[in-house]
Amino acid sequence: MTRRYIVVGNGPAGVSAAETIRRHDGAGVVTIVGDEKVPFYSRPGLAYLLTGTIPEKMLFSRPETEYARQRLQREVGAVQAIDRGGHRVTLQGGRTLPYDRLLLAVGARALRPRIPGIELEGVVSLDNLEDARRILRLARRARRACVVGGGITAVELAEGLAAQHLETHYLMRKDRYWGGVLEPAESALIEDRLTGERIRLHRQTDLAAVVGRRGRVAAVETQSGERLPCDLLAVAIGTAPRVELARQAGLATGRGILTDAEFRTEDPDIFAAGDVAEVFDPATGEHVLDSLWSVAIEQGRAAGQNLAGAAQPYRRQAPFNVTRIGGVTTTLIGAVGSGGRDDDLVALARGDSQAWRQRLDAFAVVSDEGANRVRLHLGREHVVGAMVMGDQTLSRPLQQMIRDRVDIRPVRERLLRDPAHMAQVVLSLANPEAHGAR
Amino acid sequence: MLGGLLRRDSQRRQAMAAGVVVPEPERCVECGICTFNCPLGIDVRAHARVGKAVSDGYCLTCGDCVARCPRGTLRLETTDVFEASRGLDGR
Repeated sequence: MTRRYIVVGNGPAGVSAAETIRRHDGAGVVTIVGDEKVPFYSRPGLAYLLTGTIPEKMLFSRPETEYARQRLQREVGAVQAIDRGGHRVTLQGGRTLPYDRLLLAVGARALRPRIPGIELEGVVSLDNLEDARRILRLARRARRACVVGGGITAVELAEGLAAQHLETHYLMRKDRYWGGVLEPAESALIEDRLTGERIRLHRQTDLAAVVGRRGRVAAVETQSGERLPCDLLAVAIGTAPRVELARQAGLATGRGILTDAEFRTEDPDIFAAGDVAEVFDPATGEHVLDSLWSVAIEQGRAAGQNLAGAAQPYRRQAPFNVTRIGGVTTTLIGAVGSGGRDDDLVALARGDSQAWRQRLDAFAVVSDEGANRVRLHLGREHVVGAMVMGDQTLSRPLQQMIRDRVDIRPVRERLLRDPAHMAQVVLSLANPEAHGAR
Repeated sequence: MLGGLLRRDSQRRQAMAAGVVVPEPERCVECGICTFNCPLGIDVRAHARVGKAVSDGYCLTCGDCVARCPRGTLRLETTDVFEASRGLDGR
């Protein structure tokens, strides 16, 4: 019997799942349903569209004909309901599509603070291409912008708006940037770079209301009563997995759609993957959320195999991201959280992982040479987390060491005692023949 | 700024000496900066996202894609061809 697969979501998890299903089941009918008109594109690339580094057409990493080439059917429209008993989904407009296996890969959406004026025109966030287009359109006639929030997206928005020649103000609720992941010296490094990009930082500044004029943003008001005139307010306080469809269908949800280690929800024919999925990790016994491009692709591939009948449990790798924050190339791998507070975020941000903040029994050691900084979190036998800022020489070897759980016992004492020689020690562990004995 | 230019120039010279552009697909977010900046119009991203070395015969190995990738996806590797020719020269 020909199996019918429906993948809801045209992002990295959905598309990689559909491609994987096709590889495993040449005869199945695979349909991707997405609510954006445009074909698959690079969502992380939206930051570079805002800075003017690339034109919009570069975001589309494969031709639209790629769907047909892989015999993937594509439907544009929102899925409004799932009939689990009848194995059908209902699209906007009432049309229904039958399925044998269904994957929910609908992603997450940006949260907005609940404050007066948040619905005004000129309040923006960055979920998708339509948002980026709106920001660029509004920026053309704006002079001044404010940004609130934390994590990578808030800085991308600030840098994008500054690159569009807006006088840009970044409001932080407490005294430093991204306190849950960065140590104070690292926050200071990024803040210096942002100041160098003419972004004005406001510490201890909590947003109270957005003030409008004729339905548009005219200013923001802070808790202390200060009023900052602006034409645009960009918000990046975190994201919420789009769980409504699953909830409506009676599937178990927490912050995301709850799945087992094979991405199966409590309905054996319905799976979830990517930013919307809260996936059981057998190693910790917990359900985990990630909002990372590479993890979404990895999960999509694993889920795709399972939809096609492989019953492959997902082996979760140490979550990893490499990005530019304030122009500083930064790699984050594994449990790298600083133990501080995420004052500017109310939920997981894009480009972020819950696992970064896992508190493991580990010592942090730091090699700090100005703009180049490496922070390692050393467990008893393994490196459990690493952050590399600036020079990326150690980024790949560390990623490999963490992923392969390389035994560090022979060098652990030396790393703890003598962090200045960290590079030499790490490189010797990663490639012992080239770098001599340990 | 100057440091960045010098570093880019040094990467370029290093690549033009003897190299091939090798990607690490799990770092690639398919943003297209590499393809956009390739002076020969090679779709570097199409290689990067699937982990294929840029084997296009037109590749100058100028290193621009390597230097501009914001995620450190691309690196330059010395090719065996050059190693071999050095060996043949003997000196």
